[in-house]
Amino acid sequence: MEMAQELHVLAVDDSHVDRKVIERLLEISCCKVTAVESGTRALQYLGLDGEKSSMGIDGLKVNLILTDYSMPGMTGYELLKKIKESSVLSKIPVVIMSSEKILPRIDRYILF
Amino acid sequence: MENQKKRQAAYMKRSLLDQGYLDEQFIHLEELQDDANPNFVEEVVKLYYTDSARYVRNIELALENGPYDFARLDNMMYQFKGSSSSIGARRVKRHCSQFQEYCNAKNIEGCRNTFQEVKQEYDTLKTKLETYFQMER
Repeated sequence: MEMAQELHVLAVDDSHVDRKVIERLLEISCCKVTAVESGTRALQYLGLDGEKSSMGIDGLKVNLILTDYSMPGMTGYELLKKIKESSVLSKIPVVIMSSEKILPRIDRYILF
Repeated sequence: MENQKKRQAAYMKRSLLDQGYLDEQFIHLEELQDDANPNFVEEVVKLYYTDSARYVRNIELALENGPYDFARLDNMMYQFKGSSSSIGARRVKRHCSQFQEYCNAKNIEGCRNTFQEVKQEYDTLKTKLETYFQMER
């Protein structure tokens, strides 16, 4: 009997609190979760080199990236841009989470 | 004995909700608890205390001397507000918003006064939650 593969979600958020809550929520939804604290760490985990596959360091393919928008250093938008610029990583869907309601900003994301 | 403790905990939680210290987000967090993760909410709240100590310290330092970078103060408070919101800390969150309004108005005295209120609400909530978790265990 073939086991359905669990979805692997990479969650990016600088807040410890939010990372823990997201991890729990995704666990309950039967996803494997890897939570990292920054866009930089996320790109390291995914391998910045476009030739590599979308395997994380632990060898598990990432199916979805969930990122906070407002983070120190690299914002969620900057992370989104880097991922979409990569020939291999660009196929991974990226969801940006934000409590801000700035419409022009939201429109910017959809262009990707 | 056990049932009495449970009733007291439930009563205290109801009271915290009614008085506006907490909002539904806290209930949502409790819904994520189960037998395999019985202390989930307390663990999240402990992380909130750790994060908050850092946010508060950074804001304090930034409020000490001019020139005041209101955009930076606003951004730091935005992070603290986000954290507070994630655990359902309703009153703390409200005072964080007031602080941000003073940042927008570039009113340093307003910021300073409101920040004292933020800290007071935070300390009050922390004390009440510590009591609540003791009852819950």
